[in-house]
Amino acid sequence: MTEPLVRITHLAKAFGSLPVLRSIDLAVRPGRVMAIVGPNGAGKTTLIKSLLGLTHPDAGEIWFGGSGVRGDEAYRARIGYMPQIARYPENLTGAELLAMLKDLRGEGARLDEELIELLDLESALAQPLRVLSGGTRQKVNAVMAFLFSPELLVLDEPTAGLDPLSSRILKDKILAAKASGRTFIVTSHIMNELEELADDVAFMLDGRALFVGTLAELKRITCQKTLERAIATMMRRGVLTEAA
Amino acid sequence: MNTLVKVLKYQSKDAARSRWLIAYAAFFMLVSEVLLRFSSDPMKVQLSLVSVVLFLVPLVSIVFGTVYLCNAREFIELLLAQPINRRQMYGGLYLGLTLPLVLAFVCGLGTPFLFHGSDAPAYGTLAWLLTAGVVLTCVFTAVASLIAIRCEDRLRGLGAAIGVWMLLTVVYDGFVLFVLAAFSSHPLERATLGLMMANPIDIARVSLLLRFDGAAMMGYTGAVFLDFFGKGYGMALTAAALALWVLLPLTFGMRAFERKDF
Repeated sequence: MTEPLVRITHLAKAFGSLPVLRSIDLAVRPGRVMAIVGPNGAGKTTLIKSLLGLTHPDAGEIWFGGSGVRGDEAYRARIGYMPQIARYPENLTGAELLAMLKDLRGEGARLDEELIELLDLESALAQPLRVLSGGTRQKVNAVMAFLFSPELLVLDEPTAGLDPLSSRILKDKILAAKASGRTFIVTSHIMNELEELADDVAFMLDGRALFVGTLAELKRITCQKTLERAIATMMRRGVLTEAA
Repeated sequence: MNTLVKVLKYQSKDAARSRWLIAYAAFFMLVSEVLLRFSSDPMKVQLSLVSVVLFLVPLVSIVFGTVYLCNAREFIELLLAQPINRRQMYGGLYLGLTLPLVLAFVCGLGTPFLFHGSDAPAYGTLAWLLTAGVVLTCVFTAVASLIAIRCEDRLRGLGAAIGVWMLLTVVYDGFVLFVLAAFSSHPLERATLGLMMANPIDIARVSLLLRFDGAAMMGYTGAVFLDFFGKGYGMALTAAALALWVLLPLTFGMRAFERKDF
């Protein structure tokens, strides 16, 4: 088995007295799409933010490409991030925002601007970000995540707010990037979408990773045919174990 | 260092296009232009402008700064996901906020004086007025950055910003007056001097009024002040007190920023 690109061990985080992550262990293998699934407040976004260094975990380690990320920032050059909420400096144009990111990341990375054309963003990028609709900002977000051809792409609710066509284009882009060896971590509440994209699933509930494994395995142990049903079964079981 | 400059570049570009900032510059331009039309003596105009500067510059710097940085939260998150250092980013955010404010103030207030033309001493005092405004901007944007990092909620941030401003503008002066009245039978010149040093707005006010021969109106205390501020060590102490007012909030803000969970 190949060395995982991301390995998380015993990760824990509490906001005040509220535990958000309770000893999470998971590994993401290169060239695969890992879906992080779970109800609201399960800790998905906190997990992603810990991986990106936005949130400092209380305990546990995160390894990226074999080395620990604590106190490091260079590893983030190998990650593309598509955040959930897209609100940017409102007086800058999209083109300026992209120029800033190119400036910050410096030379070296191979630029992938294919999505600008595919999502028909040329004219929108010339306008200040404040006049763009939520969906259009989400498209700019997607462009930023793919821009530097990163090894790992972290997509938090990538298709939320996108029209069906743009959503289709983005999903095809994800599949194409996966085929060329890129690794993904995706959260979404749309199970059909994850069914199509994901190889592996991490199911989170109340800050715990109750299941980490392949999509096929999840379906097998829950005796369900679709991811949606499998997750529903997991959630019911999770609630039962909580109650017990 | 490189990252700092890059963040500064784009953030100041954004802030400089803000309508509030343009209004701020236009306001100063309008006030000094109108005052210059009414009076032929640029020194008198500047003296009137002293109160406007001492009132408005801290208020706008702290309120605009806090709201701007609170609103920039998602942008900050995006930047933090890039391979950049948090310390440098904080420096870039601070300067990217301060420079447009400084520029708006200096251009707004200074331009009318250039157009109307004045003599050398008036340019000297104008330079002091501008310096005081710039320093106050630096102080209050540093405080604003600290507030914005510490407050999760925008409204609470705004409340804290206005609170700090009120404290330093109104409450503090009341406190000083109270002390002066309560101990009126004691010689208080040095104590007053100490109290002044603790408030950046007061430092700016006293050092400005002294440049305008206002000391004559302040009696014996004024004479003590003139003596103090005129001397080398007095100037050095004033500069040190103001530098502390910039560096302390910046240091605390930077530490909070490094530890903050986004």
